[in-house]
Amino acid sequence: MNKKAIRDEIIHISGVNPKKCMKCGKCSGTCPSYNEMEYHPHQFVYMVESGDIEPLMHSDSLYKCLSCFACVERCPRGVEPAKIIEAVRLMTVRQQGANHLKSDAIPELLDENLPQQAIVSAMRKYSK
Amino acid sequence: MKVSYYPGCTLKTKAKDLDFYLRKCAGVLGVEVEEIENWQCCGGVFTTASDEIATKLSSVRALSEARDKGQKLLTVCSACHNVIKQTNYQIKNDADFAARANNYMQQDVPYEGEAEVVHFLELLRDEIGFDAIREKVTDALKDKKIAAYYGCLLLRPGKVMQLDDAENPSIMEELIEAMGATPVVSPYRNECCGGYVVLDDAKSAEKKSTAITENAKTMGADMIVTACPLCKYNLEKHDQSIPVVYVTELLAEALGIKEGV
Repeated sequence: MNKKAIRDEIIHISGVNPKKCMKCGKCSGTCPSYNEMEYHPHQFVYMVESGDIEPLMHSDSLYKCLSCFACVERCPRGVEPAKIIEAVRLMTVRQQGANHLKSDAIPELLDENLPQQAIVSAMRKYSK
Repeated sequence: MKVSYYPGCTLKTKAKDLDFYLRKCAGVLGVEVEEIENWQCCGGVFTTASDEIATKLSSVRALSEARDKGQKLLTVCSACHNVIKQTNYQIKNDADFAARANNYMQQDVPYEGEAEVVHFLELLRDEIGFDAIREKVTDALKDKKIAAYYGCLLLRPGKVMQLDDAENPSIMEELIEAMGATPVVSPYRNECCGGYVVLDDAKSAEKKSTAITENAKTMGADMIVTACPLCKYNLEKHDQSIPVVYVTELLAEALGIKEGV
């Protein structure tokens, strides 16, 4: 896919209009994973808007998002950054061989208390 | 009253207490809980992308079954509740998604969002009422200082979940008070515990979880109450100095019906 097609697809499946962003930075300010991220929620919004998506698709930041929706709740413009991050993550993990978490890796991660909920959630976010 | 009930995968395995005490409490409070047949795992997290169809069909199936019976769909696991409520919202507000999901499922009557999803906390507040609970409780929790931990999934996105004020919730504090204990309000009560990221970046989850438990202790709580198995896991894994209990288990104790699973 060319750059423009990727941008359009992300905007389409996320339902987010990045033009609504007024660059206040509240999404990144409230993000509990801010310190773990190379690119922060506000950067996802403007980099998708400008079509600079490759770096996002290759960044570990995709897997640091907790899907906690704090940025969605607190954005004063209703931009919903978590939906943009999700769409970029899907553009990556939907590619052949690009699963971030492989089922073979699961047994090693188990402990006696780990709830099934953690495994199904991680598989859904990190793999296709 | 009779409700359809969706327990979810974790309530059959690692979170049996959450399920067991829900059924016990519902019985005492006059609610008949009917587990829906052949339910399938909700997937744990909702995928927000509009072109994700297959991952939401298990929720649509559960919702359809409740609709066919003319019952509300009861959930208690925060994750199941979030996924099923968000799927119901998408069916109602995204005609393209509704058409694709229904086209795939080939049901006799298409599902169009008719069922109402209620969390156990909503059932207690809106159907049974905290006053009725207050009349039934013993003094088992007297002198207990309890911090409610909501996490993310019960509350957000607020426009979809509509369980309470997403930024300043009070439903669990009101329940704690109705159960005869003292609620402790922690400002971290609606921050994320780290969730599924514990499998990918355990240090990240540890930072989030310990911020929550440390704050609850600082505010004077002797225990934390939650409705989410993954929150319970993360909080307990990273700090063993404060007990974390399920809301159903605590209610059973308050009602004087707690016994071993």
